[in-house]
Amino acid sequence: MSKTLDTLLPGEMGVISHVAGTGPIKRRIVDMGLIAGTVVRVQKYAPLGDPIEIKVKNFNLSLRKMEASTITVKPLEGTVQ
Amino acid sequence: MSTACMTVALAGNPNSGKTTIFNNITGARQHVGNYAGVTVERREGFRRFQGQDLLLVDLPGTYSLTANSLDEIVARNVIIDEKPDLIVNILDASNLERNLYLALQLLELERPLVLALNMTDMAEKAGIRINSDVLRTRLGVPVVKLIGNRNQGTEELLQTVVESSKKTTYRPFSIDYGMKIEAAIAEVTEALQNLTNVKFPMRWLAIKLLENDGEVGASLLNIDGGSAVAMIVGKVRNKTAVMLGEELEIAMAEARYRVVADIVAEFVDSSGRREQTVSDRIDRVLTHRVLGLPLFFGIMWLLFNIVFTVGEIPQGWIEDAVKGFGDLVSANLAEGELRSLLVDGIIGGVGSVLTFLPSILLLFFGIALLEDTGYMARAAFVMDRIMRAVGLHGKSFIPLLLGFGCSVPAVMGSRTLENKGDRMVTILVSPLMSCSARLPVYTLLIAAFFHESVAGSVLFSIYFLGISLAILMALVFRKWMFPGASEPFIMEMPPYHLPTLRSIAIHMWERSILYLKKAGTLILAASILIWFITNYPANVEYSKDYDAAKVQITEQYDEEAAKPLLAQLDQEQAGEKLALSYAGQFGHFIEPVIKPLGFDWKMGVGLVSAVAAKEVLVSTLATIYSVGDAEENAQSLQEALAADAAFSPLVAFSLMVFTLIYSPCLAVLAVVRRETNSWKWPAFSFVYSTTLAWVMSFVVYQGGRLIGLQ
Repeated sequence: MSKTLDTLLPGEMGVISHVAGTGPIKRRIVDMGLIAGTVVRVQKYAPLGDPIEIKVKNFNLSLRKMEASTITVKPLEGTVQ
Repeated sequence: MSTACMTVALAGNPNSGKTTIFNNITGARQHVGNYAGVTVERREGFRRFQGQDLLLVDLPGTYSLTANSLDEIVARNVIIDEKPDLIVNILDASNLERNLYLALQLLELERPLVLALNMTDMAEKAGIRINSDVLRTRLGVPVVKLIGNRNQGTEELLQTVVESSKKTTYRPFSIDYGMKIEAAIAEVTEALQNLTNVKFPMRWLAIKLLENDGEVGASLLNIDGGSAVAMIVGKVRNKTAVMLGEELEIAMAEARYRVVADIVAEFVDSSGRREQTVSDRIDRVLTHRVLGLPLFFGIMWLLFNIVFTVGEIPQGWIEDAVKGFGDLVSANLAEGELRSLLVDGIIGGVGSVLTFLPSILLLFFGIALLEDTGYMARAAFVMDRIMRAVGLHGKSFIPLLLGFGCSVPAVMGSRTLENKGDRMVTILVSPLMSCSARLPVYTLLIAAFFHESVAGSVLFSIYFLGISLAILMALVFRKWMFPGASEPFIMEMPPYHLPTLRSIAIHMWERSILYLKKAGTLILAASILIWFITNYPANVEYSKDYDAAKVQITEQYDEEAAKPLLAQLDQEQAGEKLALSYAGQFGHFIEPVIKPLGFDWKMGVGLVSAVAAKEVLVSTLATIYSVGDAEENAQSLQEALAADAAFSPLVAFSLMVFTLIYSPCLAVLAVVRRETNSWKWPAFSFVYSTTLAWVMSFVVYQGGRLIGLQ
């Protein structure tokens, strides 16, 4: 079952299957290493619920839910710490 | 050994510790300027190592070399146009997968390169072991390990740099992008063979054209036969994209990351890697759902208290020293124009600026601490939702915060925003963040007109007004002048670091020098000019014959009774002289416009001269009042203001409001001009802020009078 990144809860992990969208925003997402096959883990939501912080390739990245919703992930089971 | 100076460019991701290493190498021998035409900061430094002179250029930190942001364009243009003898790529060893992505793009530029693996201690702590020999062989470039914030490995890096410069050949490097993309590259490269006068490496040019790089594409059209190639590129791009089922630039970026992943798998052992780091644990508190915002405001509160409460102590010492120096000069010089110029014009003017240096040093100490520890990114993270509500980006928060120090770095800091609308709105509203140069004006007026118990609240209300207006104007500009989507918020949260004293000291030094340069030159010039226009013309026609009146008093009264009367007469005469001076004439000229705000001509003179720099308002008033006050023991400016009937707490507050809002100082207008590359924006900034200031002061003063305030 596929979900978009913004719907994962803190502590949940997933594998990126597709990055939608176009233009410089997509380019920036890809430049940061968010490409198909990459494992991401949602660290937390900001105090006001947006943006979210994720862990990817051993670094932490924050992005808004708007951008996160363009990233499709396949959730990995049993990953809540 | 070569004696010619060797140019070394430092490239790397933001937060890779590049600037720390730059500081380690060059120490204080550095110079901060701007790249031609844009306001991306250009940092240069010198170092002599083993008889070799090195000129180091610290390139802007970037994740990629696409044409996504100004920083990226600047970084690669330096490499292409200036052809530095060597590029040192600083990589965060604990985060090699992303850092190598940039390294590959640097390698593709086919320039001599050295890789410097920084923060190897952090990497090892995180359980990442790196075999640098494998990396060296795999990429064909020298690799050095170092720990920047402990200044370890700097010598080895310099050794490698000097040695590499002697090498005349280096191994060409290319990435295998996969069959379909390689076919496209070959096709474009072939078309490019017909062109002459190409400044880029061929393969790189083909790759960038296929990536639809705006900058490179535009430069192609300027070359003879370039448009024909552009047509071919367009066809090849479409064809390949259809075959791949993905935009070409995305597919190519993915290919680079795949190459990186292969390399990393070969030489990095991250089996011991821990998922949740120390930074993550710190963030469990600092960016906590509930605690995050209160902690943020708490940290801001602390910053302000350090700056303003602690700053008062050394401020007192400087004040005493300046006054002592003025007295010393007075005692050793005969009364006359020279003494008046030195004591009232120069020492008084520069002294009043110097006294605020402690606050500024402390402010930049705080900001450097926030930046170097990594908290600044968290601040943007917790603030983004709020900033977005006013149509800005979380990142805008950082330049806006800098605005409390000085609007110059604030305007310059807005270059980190890639979206033009975000950048312009931030540039236009950041001067509403009350900069430290305005603080002297507030503290002077508050001390003179408000009781100690409300002083803090009055100061807070001014800062609060600035912030509120910034929000309001941001909404207005966003809606009417720069409609459209805001920049995506995709920001790295760097691991927390213990900052080094050295980098904080350098940061403070740099910013204070910027402020002092203004104080030393601009303020001095303004002080002398103000002294001149308040003292000349020298011979004025008074309304009555003061000399005769004085003689009359001395004859009529005994010495004891004559003294206060004479003093009063002196004051009256000086006041009249000032009213008739050039400054007074100008002040009187604009008085009708500022009268509804509660201001008289003296404040008018002060406000006009303070466009040079807001703190000049204090030195102008000091000059005006010490001229107007002819008593032997000059009262302090505070007391002089309090004694002036033209002032009242309401007028003082109105004046503070005006000072807060009206035109940014000349330095800021100049930076806005450079940042936007047009005179239109500084002109607009001047007009809108001065108009807004007039309206707000009008509301404050007239409204205050209506409800019976004085």
